[in-house]
Amino acid sequence: MPRNPTSSNHAMLDVAVLVSVGRHPLTARTRRADQDARAVEMALSLSDAAVRLIHAGGNDADHQEALRGYLGMGLGGLDLIKQAPNADVVPALAEALRDTPLQLVLTGTRAETGESSGLVPYLLAEALGWPVISGLAAVESVDQGMATVLQALPRGKRRRLSVRLPAIATVDASAPAARQSAFGPARRGELATRACADVPDELQAQWHVQPARKRPKRLKIVKATSARDRFKAAAAKADSGSGQLLSDVSPKQGAEAIFALLKDEGVLR
Amino acid sequence: MSELVRRDPRKEWIARNRLHPEHLAVLAEMNGDVSPSEWMGPNGLTRRDPHAVGFIGPNGLKRIDRSGAQQAASQSARRQAQPGDARRRVDIESPAFLVAVVPDMPGGRLSAHDRDLLGLARQLADADPDAPGAVLAIVFGERQQGEGSGELKAQGEGNGAHETSVFGEAGVDRLLRLPIDSRAGYLPEARIAALQAVERELAPRYWLLPDSPLGGGDLGRRLAVRLGERPAAQVWQVEADTAGETGWRCTARGAAGNSDILRALPRVVLALAECAEPVSETRHAAQPVALAQALPEVLARLEDLGEVAVDPASVALAEAEFILSAGNGVKDWDGYHHAARVLGATEGASRVAVDDGFMARDRQVGATGTWVSARVYVAVGISGAIQHLQGIQSCDKVVAINLNPGCDMVKRADLSVIGDAGEILAALVARVERYREQQREQQQENRDAA
Repeated sequence: MPRNPTSSNHAMLDVAVLVSVGRHPLTARTRRADQDARAVEMALSLSDAAVRLIHAGGNDADHQEALRGYLGMGLGGLDLIKQAPNADVVPALAEALRDTPLQLVLTGTRAETGESSGLVPYLLAEALGWPVISGLAAVESVDQGMATVLQALPRGKRRRLSVRLPAIATVDASAPAARQSAFGPARRGELATRACADVPDELQAQWHVQPARKRPKRLKIVKATSARDRFKAAAAKADSGSGQLLSDVSPKQGAEAIFALLKDEGVLR
Repeated sequence: MSELVRRDPRKEWIARNRLHPEHLAVLAEMNGDVSPSEWMGPNGLTRRDPHAVGFIGPNGLKRIDRSGAQQAASQSARRQAQPGDARRRVDIESPAFLVAVVPDMPGGRLSAHDRDLLGLARQLADADPDAPGAVLAIVFGERQQGEGSGELKAQGEGNGAHETSVFGEAGVDRLLRLPIDSRAGYLPEARIAALQAVERELAPRYWLLPDSPLGGGDLGRRLAVRLGERPAAQVWQVEADTAGETGWRCTARGAAGNSDILRALPRVVLALAECAEPVSETRHAAQPVALAQALPEVLARLEDLGEVAVDPASVALAEAEFILSAGNGVKDWDGYHHAARVLGATEGASRVAVDDGFMARDRQVGATGTWVSARVYVAVGISGAIQHLQGIQSCDKVVAINLNPGCDMVKRADLSVIGDAGEILAALVARVERYREQQREQQQENRDAA
């Protein structure tokens, strides 16, 4: 499915994106999952890449509607592996990935429905014997079976990693936002459905699932020995005025004090 | 100082007898430098002289400070010097089982999340008082030790003792250091191989990891898959459950935080922050342990090429580490932008600066704009409206540069400099440029020397 018009004569990079059906956080409607859409966006932004989409799951009208959201991003088709609602999709996905010659598999960090434990990429990597990277922010280059990628760290930092292909990488909210899904291509795209044996997830059947309860707020526990200390802790305002105040100083002295603080905190690079 | 109260009946008798010639001298001696308003009576009861309470104020009036400050200050050293360590010391000699915890240790220190997790581990280990388990903390990287002189070595050992106490206070019974340098970067494969060696040798009953995006969350999923266990991710509550087969039940967030999954506690648990209370009432041994076998060599398919410098202007305001924020007090906008560039800070703004068109709307900090979580927040010419202060609630260090020493931002700030914002920023830029210059020269020298 080469969709990129810039494809040249040298070897194409075969990329598969594992997509899932998402759930809108407010309306609870099915939609394309946000992180998976970002993974599709990243795959589409690679030059010389043949991108294919793979989904394992249900095949009812709601799901198809959501999956067409990915096709509307500019892809011709999607491989839909039919699975029962209570099935474990990892064996089916592992089989599908083993059958196709692939170099890179992208997916979101965690699903928006179900257990949403974020384990699928790790299980697939173990089953296929591939390395796995989490929190991919960008693919910089692919060269001779090695990919140089950027991993997103907290606070907007990035780390450069080099990984041997084939590999699985997960994408989270720090990756570039997904493009809009267009209606026409989404209608025209083809969902290639095929069946695969179901492996029921027995453990999950024993769980009790309920709507998320609000987590209790942690109380501030004061371990004071005297009543006076306890009262002070209960009545104290947030410590205001505890900071250092420099008035009547020259700008130079003030700047020196700020510089010392910045250096202590290690924010000057 | 001894806690025993030594009593001298003769002196007490003199202190009671106001007509005794030595009365005043004895009273002064018994009370030391304490105000003589309180003393111990003959039966061990405290006696008070209300006339002696208080002090004479500056204009000759007697003042009584009932806030306790004066009394606290005048308490005898005997009372003051024994806040002591009231925590119970717990040593578990032969544990029935182990609960392994792999803390994240960002920056080499236990984070609040790690401490919560250790609290959870204690809960699991101490459930049965007849057969207590031990909490095993697995930490990557060697402790830095002084190698050269004896002095350095002693210092290293001192650090070691301190470190043991830090882990012990957090509730660690056994401390295992794995010689994989955490400063060498991202080495998940080597770490997993090491943890597998721990599993083979020590076989802990539970593995607990913090479910943080790039630390325990990543490592824990790799470990669970390698051990062939199905982990519980995003666990926020663990309760005893006598009906279940493991005796524990956990509540985990599912469906991207929209549902709760109640299930029996598996062997590998990835827990969220505040999953349990951190240990505060006991102290533990944090006894070092070692693996009998050397760690296996791993063929790494992932290689860390180091951190990449990012343009601070491109960092989202909500996750920026260092923000230079401008408000109404900034007059020289070119100077401000230059300062942000030189300092390598992300730019923020107050509502006024945005409304006046000096800054873009997506740079607004506060209740209407972005809630920031910077480590260092420098507020230039922002007086601190309550909406703005709400937005910077979770910032660690706030620096205020302002003309008005009475404004709310100065009250919130850890460091406030009163003066003209433009001049102070210019001086700061000059200072930072000088510092950069020095650094460059040093690097040059090092290169020349090498």
